[in-house]
Amino acid sequence: MIVAEPKPVREIVEMVKDFDRILVLGCKGCVTVCNVGGSKEAGILASALRIAKRRSGASVKVGEHTLERQCDPEYIEEVKDMIHDYDAVVSIACGVGPQFLAERYPAARIFPGVNTQFMGGAIEHGIWSERCAGCGTCVIHFFGGLCPIARCSKSLLNGPCGGSAHGKCEISKDVDCVWDMIVRKLMEQDRLDDLLQFKPPKNWTTARDGGPRKLVREELVR
Amino acid sequence: MMNDTKPQIVAFCCSNCAPAAAKIAEDMEKALPDNVKIIQVPCTGRIEILHLMKPFENGADGVYVAGCQEDSCKYISGIKKATKRVAHVKKLLEELGLEPQRIEVFHLSAAQGYRYVDIAHEMVNRIRELGPVKMNS
Repeated sequence: MIVAEPKPVREIVEMVKDFDRILVLGCKGCVTVCNVGGSKEAGILASALRIAKRRSGASVKVGEHTLERQCDPEYIEEVKDMIHDYDAVVSIACGVGPQFLAERYPAARIFPGVNTQFMGGAIEHGIWSERCAGCGTCVIHFFGGLCPIARCSKSLLNGPCGGSAHGKCEISKDVDCVWDMIVRKLMEQDRLDDLLQFKPPKNWTTARDGGPRKLVREELVR
Repeated sequence: MMNDTKPQIVAFCCSNCAPAAAKIAEDMEKALPDNVKIIQVPCTGRIEILHLMKPFENGADGVYVAGCQEDSCKYISGIKKATKRVAHVKKLLEELGLEPQRIEVFHLSAAQGYRYVDIAHEMVNRIRELGPVKMNS
């Protein structure tokens, strides 16, 4: 899933300080699963904004609504009769949602209510970890199902580097060295020799380095 | 400086310990302040962040949760979850320019009739010192 964290309420209050009719728009996709942008969180943010606005002396209307997804045009169509009742929309979807809203409703003032972090998963309740960098050319099968692009601080394909110590990365004792994990995994699978095969420099044009990406699948295009 | 106004306080009380404590308090003829509104919940672990925010949105000056002792919670971790959520709301209140002391967690057992009433008075006195939440509209 796409993992995000809430922006500080103080920052959001500041963003919408000039508006008195505010819509908090949640998303039932990834941000609901990571407890940052679903209907529950839309309710909490709307409540906080009502308190903040009333304290500042403004007469305020704060609405809340949650869409099936904010990254598909058919779902953001759902707010077409509602969005013009508001001066500002705080989207608590990932960074995709507010952009789709801004494109579909060019007159609306759209604000992001979360900071989008990474693609990852929950390793414990309340703790998420990055797993995929979206590089466009998946290579994890060479590395025991572990991704050195997303999980090695240097994205090394022929690791580990000299900064690996006791299974940890030199950047922090809280960061596991994925190359340590890869070596141990391949030892367990009795195929450590696979790592002797040199991996040439990666072609990064399929990643973000190749510029903004677009995917066309002709079999689906209408 | 003490404020003479009667603060409005909402108390979320665990139904496993608070009612028994309330009964003991009643038998001892100790009464709750009339400005404390009790909301009984099956377990404090069920109280969501939004439940704790709504009273402030609707004009309350203080909120507290009265639940089990940490080592004897009927549902094991209910009061621990409530404690974490209260801590989160304290941060939200701070961000909104309100005092975090306006929300608190208290631990009770079914036998603590005195404590059940005392924490209500403690909270009333604390909020009276802080004064009412100022809403300008």
